[in-house]
Amino acid sequence: MNSPGGKRSADSKRRTDPPPGRRLLSTESDWTFDLIEEYNEEIERIAKEVYHLDCYPVQLELISSEQMMDAYASVGMPIGYNHWSFGKQFVITEKNYKRGQMNLAYEIVINSNPCIAYLMEENTMTMQALVIAHAAYGHNSFFKGNYLFKIWTDAEAIIDYLIFAKNYVAECEEKYGIQEVEEILDSCHALMNFGVDRYKRRAGETLEDEPRVQSDRELILQHHVNELWRQLNINEPEKKENQTKRIPPEPQENILYFLEKNAPLLKPWQREIIRVVRKVAQYFYPQRQTQVMNEGWACFWHYTIMNHMYDEGLINDSAMLEFMHTHTNVISQPEFDSPYYSGINPYALGFKMMMDIRRICEDPTEEDLQWFPDIAHTDWRETLDFAMRNFKDESFIGQYLSPRLIREFRLFAVLDDDREDTLGISAIHDEVGYRAVREKLSAQYNLSNREPNLQVFNVDHQGDRTLTLRYYQDKNRPLSDTTEEVIKHLHRLWGFKVEIETVEEDGHTEITHRCPKPVSEELTIS
Amino acid sequence: MAMIIDRRLDGRNKSAVNRQRLMRRYKQQIKKSVSDAINKRSITDTQSGEKINIPARDVKEPIIHHGRGGIHEQVHPGNKQFSQGDRVKRPEQSGQGGGGSQASNTGEGEDDFGFEISKEEYLDLLFEELALPNLVKTKVVAQSAKTLVRAGFSNTGVASNLNLLRTMRRAKGRKIAIASPYSKRCRELEQLLQQELERKPHNEEKIKSLREELALLRARIESIPFIDTYDLKFNQFIPQPKPITQAVMFCIMDVSGSMSQATKDIAKRFFILLYLFLSRSYERTDVVFIRHHTSAKEVDEEEFFYSRETGGTIVSSALKLMRDIVRDRYPTEDWNIYAAQASDGDNWEDDSATCRDLMIDSIMPYLQYYAYVEIHNQEHQGLWREYEKVGEMFETFSMKQIRDTGEIYPVFHELFKRQDA
Repeated sequence: MNSPGGKRSADSKRRTDPPPGRRLLSTESDWTFDLIEEYNEEIERIAKEVYHLDCYPVQLELISSEQMMDAYASVGMPIGYNHWSFGKQFVITEKNYKRGQMNLAYEIVINSNPCIAYLMEENTMTMQALVIAHAAYGHNSFFKGNYLFKIWTDAEAIIDYLIFAKNYVAECEEKYGIQEVEEILDSCHALMNFGVDRYKRRAGETLEDEPRVQSDRELILQHHVNELWRQLNINEPEKKENQTKRIPPEPQENILYFLEKNAPLLKPWQREIIRVVRKVAQYFYPQRQTQVMNEGWACFWHYTIMNHMYDEGLINDSAMLEFMHTHTNVISQPEFDSPYYSGINPYALGFKMMMDIRRICEDPTEEDLQWFPDIAHTDWRETLDFAMRNFKDESFIGQYLSPRLIREFRLFAVLDDDREDTLGISAIHDEVGYRAVREKLSAQYNLSNREPNLQVFNVDHQGDRTLTLRYYQDKNRPLSDTTEEVIKHLHRLWGFKVEIETVEEDGHTEITHRCPKPVSEELTIS
Repeated sequence: MAMIIDRRLDGRNKSAVNRQRLMRRYKQQIKKSVSDAINKRSITDTQSGEKINIPARDVKEPIIHHGRGGIHEQVHPGNKQFSQGDRVKRPEQSGQGGGGSQASNTGEGEDDFGFEISKEEYLDLLFEELALPNLVKTKVVAQSAKTLVRAGFSNTGVASNLNLLRTMRRAKGRKIAIASPYSKRCRELEQLLQQELERKPHNEEKIKSLREELALLRARIESIPFIDTYDLKFNQFIPQPKPITQAVMFCIMDVSGSMSQATKDIAKRFFILLYLFLSRSYERTDVVFIRHHTSAKEVDEEEFFYSRETGGTIVSSALKLMRDIVRDRYPTEDWNIYAAQASDGDNWEDDSATCRDLMIDSIMPYLQYYAYVEIHNQEHQGLWREYEKVGEMFETFSMKQIRDTGEIYPVFHELFKRQDA
């Protein structure tokens, strides 16, 4: 890819001799609906015809900054059920925005079909073009192509489902009271990260049918639970059989799913609310696993498309400068000792990696040939497309992070072991360290490394119905202090005693968290 | 081809519900924040909203993540001098890079969670659960105040209430009904007559008899009365007790020399609160401002709050003035009358007994509620003792003492707490 600097030198020639049939789209910074339409047509043409991006149909919606904050507060859901936490998020967003601490996100894009991209009215025309390229064609094609999104999300049905969820929650509030519903939602939110299936999608679980079968499900679910907890065993032999049956048969990592299906005291509507939260969590799960790739892909395409437009003479120098200014801000990576440092910027890493893959395809160095023999000198579009479709952050970094980029970012790994007084530098950007750095960075994006491995282990279903969860400890990391709070939510949903057993790496097992606290229990015994 | 939709006009306040939920959940904290704030405000500031602070630990949403400790390994950009195997000092808490996942950044800060509420929200919270006491009671008691309302129609009444339209409609109906046998016969005769007239030669006799009969019938129809007492309809009015929600509040403030600037300040704050409360909650509320030293004077709002006149103290002057104003302008059958008095309790010694008598004889019987606040932190003086006697006689009299600014709102709240009847 040419640098924008290189472009400018060739510019005077282009200006006098624009490509046939192409003209400057606009010179003013203000946008109009007609202009947006024209820009979108050009961007669509470039994205689809020149670069063969496969996208959902696009729906562009113009919104005010306040609406953008709204959308932001409800974690990007275009229609969210009501909950105080979204109000809190809105207040925080608004405050930061007013203080000028934060630029509002320029765009929000919804993984739906048609793909909805929000354009903020305060943006200049150039910014709108950037957002259209970034969101409406970049993210859009990612949503449509990436395997995780294909497996886990239903772009066709999500909007309908969210409407259903909102109405259902509102209906419950009316029937059972705001307080009741709020409590259930609080508890579900606390466990939201443990409400996803990580490996296999359950058969027949598509969002499409959700609203339709919901009322049947309430009954069936309750029946199933009643069956599970039926205590009257008239026939003795059956009872013996029962005792050997475990609940759950195998450890269950989807805690919310387990509770929805098995918690003895929940009412049908409460199970349904758990389901709503679970579905939303599942919908966002792929996004959490593909942050670097998704943003990198979108940045790569807005950069490529904007440059292509400039090359065709569709936008002028000032638009290009404005674009470059914003683009540079978006992909900036502060260093670890900078006051602005807050971890690796997924936009920066993703964009640089995408650009790097293209470079390796087109113009590989000796080193690249050694590291990436299979992609050097291939068609970059196909290679990038393959990468976009078949990876998530973890594997993408493991596969494509090149020594050259490791050097460029000057990446180094720090090992923090609480048994040592000092931190150790475990690898840096040198010949011996490349593989290690790449491996460690890849592991850093592995959600199962980032989140504690906590599973529903057993239910004492013949005794006092204690629910036991197991935390399989990894690298000696304990559970956070907040676990004390979360276990109360677990207790609320389960309705009986809840325990968390920590299984250390050497196999030693110990109960580390309980709710209710056993102290009170001892008191009542004595 | 992409769809382009302009959504700027719809759904501006999508988050409003969520905001309400947030406020609902943290009502206790927010109310505390509001009542703390009222004392810090400048006296004249009644137009702005308020900043609310809630301790961050109350609003955090806990999730399970890895805690501190154990082994964390993290890749960072921007290496300058490290080589593999270097040992470096563990940085202080703030810069700790080893925190691991993003989750560890949440909930650690102990900063308050602050946000602004609007003026409306602020006043709502401030005056929640407050009401003018005994307002409803009067409505029932004061049967004398009535108003006439339309209540359908009646067959009797005075001529001025005659409902012309309905009366005429009934008259017309009656005429048609009574005339109907004649009219029918008329039509038959007309038809016969027509036939006879067409027949050649004319049967003169028959025609004549038909014509006579017709004339007779027509005369009969004519003789049906144009209007009958039976037709009359009158608009009916019935008296209904008039709902009296109009109220007048007398604000009586002592501005004598013994009131220090600080005391006056507290009194003014109290009255501003009262004024805000009244003007917000009751549409029809008159406020009468009376300030007094040795003599009392009715003043307007501006003068009441800002004038700097001063002198000795004769409380009864204000009470007399109030009594006169009530007598002249606020007949008790039409008005709920309230009074709030603020003073430092200092009074001309002989005057306190006069005040008590005035109160008992000519003020309290007509009042819904009288609130007396005494602002000082010394021994009570004569006026308080005399007022205590008033309090014993009238349930509608209450008195409270304010020692410093911090007590204004609590006292106000107590005085005007909504009483569930």
